[in-house]
Amino acid sequence: MLAKSLKTQNKELANAKKQLEILSNGIFSNKELPTFARKIMETGQFPLRPKKLEVLQINLGYMCNQVCAHCHVDAGPDRKEIMSQETMKQCLEVIKKTNASTLDFTGGAPEMNPNFKWFVDEASKAGIKDFIVRSNLTIIRANKKYYDLPEFYKSHNVHIMSSMPHWTRGKTDKQRGDGVFDKSIKALQELNKVGYGMPDSDLKLDLVYNPSGAFLPGDQDSMERNFKKSLLEDFGIHFHKLFTITNLPVSRFLDYLIASDNYEDYMYSLVDAYNPLAVENVMCTNTISVSWDGWLYDCDFNQMLKLKVASKITHISEYNEELINNRNIIISQHCYGCTAGAGSSCQGTVA
Amino acid sequence: MANNSYYDPKDLRKFGNITEWSEELGTKFFDYYGKVFEEGALTAREKSLIALAVSHVVKCPYCIDAYTKDGLKHGLTKEEMMESVHVGAAIESGATLVHGVQMMNKYDKLSM
Repeated sequence: MLAKSLKTQNKELANAKKQLEILSNGIFSNKELPTFARKIMETGQFPLRPKKLEVLQINLGYMCNQVCAHCHVDAGPDRKEIMSQETMKQCLEVIKKTNASTLDFTGGAPEMNPNFKWFVDEASKAGIKDFIVRSNLTIIRANKKYYDLPEFYKSHNVHIMSSMPHWTRGKTDKQRGDGVFDKSIKALQELNKVGYGMPDSDLKLDLVYNPSGAFLPGDQDSMERNFKKSLLEDFGIHFHKLFTITNLPVSRFLDYLIASDNYEDYMYSLVDAYNPLAVENVMCTNTISVSWDGWLYDCDFNQMLKLKVASKITHISEYNEELINNRNIIISQHCYGCTAGAGSSCQGTVA
Repeated sequence: MANNSYYDPKDLRKFGNITEWSEELGTKFFDYYGKVFEEGALTAREKSLIALAVSHVVKCPYCIDAYTKDGLKHGLTKEEMMESVHVGAAIESGATLVHGVQMMNKYDKLSM
């Protein structure tokens, strides 16, 4: 288990440029495998263009109480980059006039931002009704000051999407750290108690599954059946949907793939599983990702690779939706992660 | 690059190439193969476990690599995987031992 972020450890792969180099060299530069651009050209899908903007995904910071082995954000307690209230105010100005109907908070642990609740309250006043929080669950039990989060979420009808790599303790703790499974179970029970995830409840609680290793996720529906059966039988836990997400070769997961000599095989698996139908609905076509310091990206992965939107407008302070939506989406070989099999997005499969 | 080993893990990636030298049979085989592993009366997960056990019995290194990965994909635990290998091993050793009856029959027949 990692104790510190790649950034604090001064690891080579904390550097976005280095990651992009790796993703363009080797099996892709020697043409053993086609680049993502070439692949989508075959099906006439190049350049990738945005459709109607539906989601503003705001990264409230890279600080997190966990240091997960697969994290593409390289988040952890040692990351100090969090969104300031000033940037939040700039976001609120955009929220007032955007056509996007969903506000999707991610991190890090978004709840660790000291202005998190204020921001949700203000966004709610500005008219947002559809909130998503990507919560790691353990944060709810990490400190007394977070114990009221389930009630807070309930008061704004926030849709909770929580990571859970497996229905067994062993596999969960291996990916996310010792004790994470038990704390997550406790947090899910707390959320059930206030009504989240219960059958027929409007308080939406969905789980997100990332494979804990160098393999692709299995079928979303059958994984959901297994999760539901085990969590209900073993712990009396209810939730609504399970979303499977493919790990993209970015940051810590890329570091792991290379260190474990799995990189080439993993890229082959992604390319072999390429599905042009998934390309149609990749999340960058309906989402704008905003970083903690207000820069705009096609997705959270491009944010971590420091690939800003290819537009005149690149910062939230100068936001202009029409201009931004008239852009080509920036792609590289990590994009194969979103188009493998049934596809992958922050909302699970897409094809 | 020269490789002096009979089994190269990278060859598994080229499995599909067998179709190049016999297109009709190769295509029919892969269609059949794909169909077999779809959800049916058995779940894809159950099929993955059976495939893992058989991979060990036929001692196919490519199949073991492929179905260990496939098992992880279907959320199989290491305990489930190892038990399936024991099921294969038990049938295989049982197949040897049940021939002991033939030996006993023959022994009795030949003995006064």
